[in-house]
Amino acid sequence: MTSPQQHRSPLGDQLAVAGSVDWLVTSGFLALAAVYIRAFAFTPPEAIQGPAQRILYVHASSAFVALYLAFALMALSSVLYLALRDEKLDRLAESAAEVGLAFTTVVLLTGPLWGKPIWGTWWTWDARLTSTLFLWFIIVGYLVLRGAVDERGMRARYSAVLGVLAGLLIPFIHLSVYLFRTMHPMPLLAKPSAPSMPGDMVVTFVSGFFALTLLFAGLLRARYRIATLRDLIADSEDQH
Amino acid sequence: MPERNPPGMLHATWLVARKDLAIEFRTRTAFFSALLFALLGLTIFYFAWDPTAVAAIDLAPGVLWVIFVFSGLLGLQRSFSVEQADRAIDALLAAPVDREAIYLGKALANFLFVAAVQAISLPALALFYNLPVSQAFLPIAGIAVLAAIGIVSVGTMFSSMAVNTRLAELLLPMLALPFFIPIVMAAAVSTSRLLAGRPVADVMPWLRILVAFDLVFVVACTLAFPYTLEE
Amino acid sequence: MPPALSATEAVTRSVVMAEGLVRAFSGRRAVDNVTFSLDAGECLALFGPNGAGKTTLLRLLAGLLSPTSGSCSIGGTVLRSGSTARGQVGLVSHASMLYAPLTALENVEFTARMYGLRDPRAAARAALHTMRVLDRADTPVRSLSRGLQQRVSIARAIVHAPQLLLCDEPYTGLDDVGSGALTAALTERREAGAALLLVTHNLSEGLALATHAAIMRRGKFVRFESRADVHASSYALEYRELAAADA
Repeated sequence: MTSPQQHRSPLGDQLAVAGSVDWLVTSGFLALAAVYIRAFAFTPPEAIQGPAQRILYVHASSAFVALYLAFALMALSSVLYLALRDEKLDRLAESAAEVGLAFTTVVLLTGPLWGKPIWGTWWTWDARLTSTLFLWFIIVGYLVLRGAVDERGMRARYSAVLGVLAGLLIPFIHLSVYLFRTMHPMPLLAKPSAPSMPGDMVVTFVSGFFALTLLFAGLLRARYRIATLRDLIADSEDQH
Repeated sequence: MPERNPPGMLHATWLVARKDLAIEFRTRTAFFSALLFALLGLTIFYFAWDPTAVAAIDLAPGVLWVIFVFSGLLGLQRSFSVEQADRAIDALLAAPVDREAIYLGKALANFLFVAAVQAISLPALALFYNLPVSQAFLPIAGIAVLAAIGIVSVGTMFSSMAVNTRLAELLLPMLALPFFIPIVMAAAVSTSRLLAGRPVADVMPWLRILVAFDLVFVVACTLAFPYTLEE
Repeated sequence: MPPALSATEAVTRSVVMAEGLVRAFSGRRAVDNVTFSLDAGECLALFGPNGAGKTTLLRLLAGLLSPTSGSCSIGGTVLRSGSTARGQVGLVSHASMLYAPLTALENVEFTARMYGLRDPRAAARAALHTMRVLDRADTPVRSLSRGLQQRVSIARAIVHAPQLLLCDEPYTGLDDVGSGALTAALTERREAGAALLLVTHNLSEGLALATHAAIMRRGKFVRFESRADVHASSYALEYRELAAADA
């Protein structure tokens, strides 16, 4: 808890930051644009899948960001919040969940776009797609819970508890969904001995990962700043 | 000062569970509405499919588990609304017992509630859907117990959180249902295999998931519960 | 479990001690740096306009809220997750904290069991008798009138003979018989060495039993003095001014 004297200057700092251009988000979007220029102009289309394969560069990278960065960050900061009770960790979890929801939504939208020409159907209960859908439900539930609690401390504790439990749930969802069935192409880069993708594609693919990770970092930071600003404004309103 | 010896964890768990069961026994509203819901659900689902296209035996496991989950939610919702009504939860929390015991006691009462609904609706399902349950009955009952533990462990936790939010009861399904996915999958797939006459060994991977889920979430929720209370 | 207070210790050791107690909600301090202590047999009457933080203070002292900073101890034990200290406190709040479907006796007996009393049923009956509702012991609480529910609720709060009794507007809804029973019960607790904290809007009611009086406003104690220094008329004046200032 910050003392009242400290409030004025952090709020001013945050407001100044909010008014300036966010170079991290900007470069994230530029990098993503560069990846797609490369994908369309300089990377040959995949022989069997044709142009639809190019969606992979954003689909797979978004899935990576959503699950391994956003969701993991949400669960991790939830655990740490319960241990340390630092409001920053709660804001981090909140930001990771919300940005993660955007990336998960991208995965769920691009998956069917690719699936229609390749699998011949918009939606299929394939293991990876199903897991992502469940992940999406969990994140939405998490954000609905946040919206339904007014008191800040209680909201932080409740959402941290849900974040921790959701982190524990993920292995169970993966296990049961895989046991159910799978027909998703295994990640092509997962075999380190011999990546089955031609060199050009690998470069585009890997740069896609970097672009989206950069974009994630930018959006996360921007969202975190909004959360900080909101709390500072609430604090300063309470002082008067 | 009168003689006193504050109850230990297990004793307090039992006191809380017994109190909840006494309330349920006195009112019986939640039990009968959950049971009626289950029986109505079984009936409606039967007519929602064309019996000439889908055999009842293929339909039954899914119906069974969907209905168990939703009727369980009815009981879970009530679990903390009785505490909230006149803030009885405050008296419970002020008592010199471990907060974990409050969670475990409420969860135990909810488990008995869900198990009682299952104990009646499972034979009803066998009757309505004309199932050959004789040899599969014990394993299916075992699955029901494992699934009920999982549903109740997570559901009790979220019920205590949901009553304190602006959405109240509306929030519980949104929070709890994603956690019920692995339970419903495991229970429904194993039930259908067992009904098809396959041996228990065939469904062992699913049973392991259920057991692991129960262990992980009973422990995690018991430990996490105090964090949701200390306001 | 701390040893029971002997008669000599009871006079020297404070039953409740709050030091720099702060509780913030979303950054706003509902209780702001409250320090006080009460010895055995003392009774603090706490006045203050709505939203002054009285209820929050009571919840902190009952162990229902944890302080943002500062601490409170009951009988020398810091009130944290340590459950034994919590067991020395009784709380009467504006909610009845009863289970409506259960009978009066079942409610009080459940509390007695949760506090580990040797003979819970006898203790519950005795508490109901003190509050003069023993004749309705087997009536479900939901069938009792508001005033009778309040009596059962008080019986529930005193059944374990708490060392610290916290009462939030305990006289609300009570008739003459109920008020008389409550005053007798509070007096009996004090004589047994307990400390009382009485939150009320009614000055004469509060000051009748009080050894100390305090006015709370915006989370702080703006006045705190012993009964000898309290003049009901000046209190009334100040209290009215404060209430008007906050309105």
